[in-house]
Amino acid sequence: MSAQPAQYSLRGTGRMKRRKRVNLAMEIVATAASAVAVAALVWLVVSVLIRGLPALNLDLFTKNQALFGQAGGGIANAIVGSFVIVAFATAFAFPVGVLCAIYVHEFAGATIRQAVRTTLDVLTGVPSILVGIFVFSILVAGGKQSALAGSVALAIIELPLIARGTQEVLALVPGSLREASLALGVSRWRTVLSVVLPTSLSGILTGTMLAIARAAGETAPLLVTSSIVANSTSLDPSKALNSLPVTIFVYSESPDPNQHAQAWAAAFILLVFVLLTNVAARAFLARGRRKLEGAPARRRRLRVYHLFTRP
Amino acid sequence: MQARTRRLGDRIGDVALRLLTGAAALGCIGLVGWIVYEIFELAWPAITEEGLSFVWQTTWDPVHEVFGAFDFIFGTLYTSFWALLIAAPISVAIGLYLSELAPAGVRGIVGTLVEMRAAVPSVVIGLWGILVLGPVVKDYIGPALGAVLGWTPFFKGTPGDVGQLSAVIVLSIMIIPITSSISRELFLTVPPDLKEAAFGLGLTRWEMVRGVVLPFTRSGVFAAIILGLGRALGEAIAVTQVIGNRQGVNWSLFETGDTLASRLANTFYGASSALEKSSLAYLGAILLVITLVANIGAQLIVYRFDPLRERK
Repeated sequence: MSAQPAQYSLRGTGRMKRRKRVNLAMEIVATAASAVAVAALVWLVVSVLIRGLPALNLDLFTKNQALFGQAGGGIANAIVGSFVIVAFATAFAFPVGVLCAIYVHEFAGATIRQAVRTTLDVLTGVPSILVGIFVFSILVAGGKQSALAGSVALAIIELPLIARGTQEVLALVPGSLREASLALGVSRWRTVLSVVLPTSLSGILTGTMLAIARAAGETAPLLVTSSIVANSTSLDPSKALNSLPVTIFVYSESPDPNQHAQAWAAAFILLVFVLLTNVAARAFLARGRRKLEGAPARRRRLRVYHLFTRP
Repeated sequence: MQARTRRLGDRIGDVALRLLTGAAALGCIGLVGWIVYEIFELAWPAITEEGLSFVWQTTWDPVHEVFGAFDFIFGTLYTSFWALLIAAPISVAIGLYLSELAPAGVRGIVGTLVEMRAAVPSVVIGLWGILVLGPVVKDYIGPALGAVLGWTPFFKGTPGDVGQLSAVIVLSIMIIPITSSISRELFLTVPPDLKEAAFGLGLTRWEMVRGVVLPFTRSGVFAAIILGLGRALGEAIAVTQVIGNRQGVNWSLFETGDTLASRLANTFYGASSALEKSSLAYLGAILLVITLVANIGAQLIVYRFDPLRERK
């Protein structure tokens, strides 16, 4: 660089104009990309609304499948079955997930903490069809499909979501709260059960609701564990039960337009459930945030967004 | 001494809670090992029968019990590659829009909408993929691509209702929410003083992004993309609904194909012979290895990079 006095002027030269044009172009590209992403969601949801809403009727909720090719009939057994399978799955996964998180956060040292975290992330990344095949291998092979086998598979999918969610929330409980309790002479386990857990309850519920939303839409594991079903409504988890996602999957590949309509109706019901659960989870989270005021805000956001979008 | 004066109940409670929670944590770790073991166990007869040549054999014929995985491995990697090619730049652009450009009001709404899409079950995306996207691909998107890029091997032939192109679009729709929201969070971790210094030097916004934001977050964004890839590789249902489920190595996206996960979802329960079931489990084992490598790789990068990880 020579030491000549700078000859810059503040007026835009050709180069400055080009830089500004490049900048503008890039801003337009970024905005357009976001618009495309939002448009895709709108297209998806509106398609489900347009085709699902007209197909909704009372029979859908009260009757079982019509014979092939005949009009009418409903998906009552799928709705009930989905409910049963997801309820059992959550009952299995919730205690294990929360306990696992408590151990990691309250008792474990840094190495174990990292090991369990990594394991849970790995578990999240295992394709759900492989979870299905695993459960098939230990519970179904040689025997029969059952809703319980489906629940176990969905529980494995819920487990890392609940455990990771709980861990992140436990990390937000202010250390001073724990210390205050211990300083009053309260033992460790009482501190965990009556101070730490109640404080983080809303966060735990957020993780659980997101896990339920995820599990309710899982199809692949149910195809191998609970898909060959009777055309009757049942609450018995020892039999294979129908479910909404499996119904949508089977009907979507059917040539029968009546079944297409019912697939859209089932998709509508499932989508409404999943989106409402998501919105409720966010509301819980907002409530929890207000309660945990004072924890470092930036970190909280980073972790929380991972919760919503982890594959 | 404090310990001596503690009540018996407290001592039992402490130990009990530690044991109970420890067992749960151990169970989580054991579970992953068990899944890996069980899938390889199920695949073992096929692994011993067909050996490593299974990986590059192209025939899959249950009737004559000849099995080879190459077509499915190709289909999995090929569709995921294209999906990533579409989703990665769009995701980074969305991340940049949300972190640098969008007005505060829009930011929250668009961010929430993009994340909401991550919640849509894959079977619903697949249903939409067959009945809504499929015809649009056949009548509009496919012919348009064919007219412009028909001279490349990737867009040869005539597009149909189902095929690899629909699978690629569906997969990229599923990757974008994951990758874009992680990138957005990464971009927000860039220290504001670095950005302001760049503006202070007279850089335009794009020059600031290229010179400061992207270099600062490069490895994290790379990890986010790999996480999205992991999702694409393992997606079974939506792909099986739209890809056409016919094997064959087709470079043209207009042709049908099949992937590892899709073949598993479609045929595993109905597999008739023990060898077919075992060969399918072998496909599962290959898929497991591919996704584990992708996920663990991404996590290693994230842990090394994450500027906000606990330093304890």
